[in-house]
Amino acid sequence: MVYLTRKAEFSASHYYHNPDFTPEENRRVFGKCNNPNGHGHNYTLEVTVKGEVDPRSGFVVDLKQLKEVMHREVLDAMDHRFLNKEVPEFFTRIPTTENLAIAIWQRLETKLRQARLHRVRVYETPDLFVDFYGES
Amino acid sequence: MIAHLTRRYRFSASHRLHSAEMSAEENRATYGKCNNPHGHGHNYTLEVTVSGPVDEGTGMVCNLMDLDGFVGREVLSRYDLGNLNTMQEFAQIVPTTENLCIAIFEILQRGFPHAHLEKVRLEETMMNSFEYTGGAEARK
Repeated sequence: MVYLTRKAEFSASHYYHNPDFTPEENRRVFGKCNNPNGHGHNYTLEVTVKGEVDPRSGFVVDLKQLKEVMHREVLDAMDHRFLNKEVPEFFTRIPTTENLAIAIWQRLETKLRQARLHRVRVYETPDLFVDFYGES
Repeated sequence: MIAHLTRRYRFSASHRLHSAEMSAEENRATYGKCNNPHGHGHNYTLEVTVSGPVDEGTGMVCNLMDLDGFVGREVLSRYDLGNLNTMQEFAQIVPTTENLCIAIFEILQRGFPHAHLEKVRLEETMMNSFEYTGGAEARK
């Protein structure tokens, strides 16, 4: 088994707000991130896939395809977007880094052909990142 | 759904590597420059990894304000700009980055109830890093 990781960057804005919380509770739980006008980050995404090395190509995965899927499923949808307002997953879920990693996993999982998704890592800043390994 | 969250922090501290159980010569041979009696310092980078189910209401494994608050109070304010050799946890053991890594893991394990502690990773310099995931009880 070999693991391959591809990185990508995107920039997006978001804010944290739970409509079931009172305004005070929202401010207490989410602090500055509750500002409804939003704020932004430069996110770094790391997608790790795993698989056996194909004896003919010597690849775990066709990197070209992986790049295309990441672009189509993630970057086209999220780069330079306001996550709460423009990305359907976050119409109802709070766009925390945790939920972002889960949403990206769900977008990629069914689209990869050769290799299996192993990990999605999302850096919100260089000092904060979340890893998601799937539901199991 | 379980996610892993990692937060990075920085602190600076000094230490001297010296074991009371070794002769002066053995200390010099073992620790080299790090045995300098006046000590020396590092800019450490600390990585704390916690895991848990993502809360439906907050979208979080744990509130970052809680983690930052705890690490700030219990770890950074204790070690930042301090001399490790003067601290009680290093009275009997050498303040190597291995032992510091374990000490920080134990502080978090004891006092931070909001998520499962997975790992403490400590970079002593950009070239050296140490990871601890628990289980040092066997060492004691």
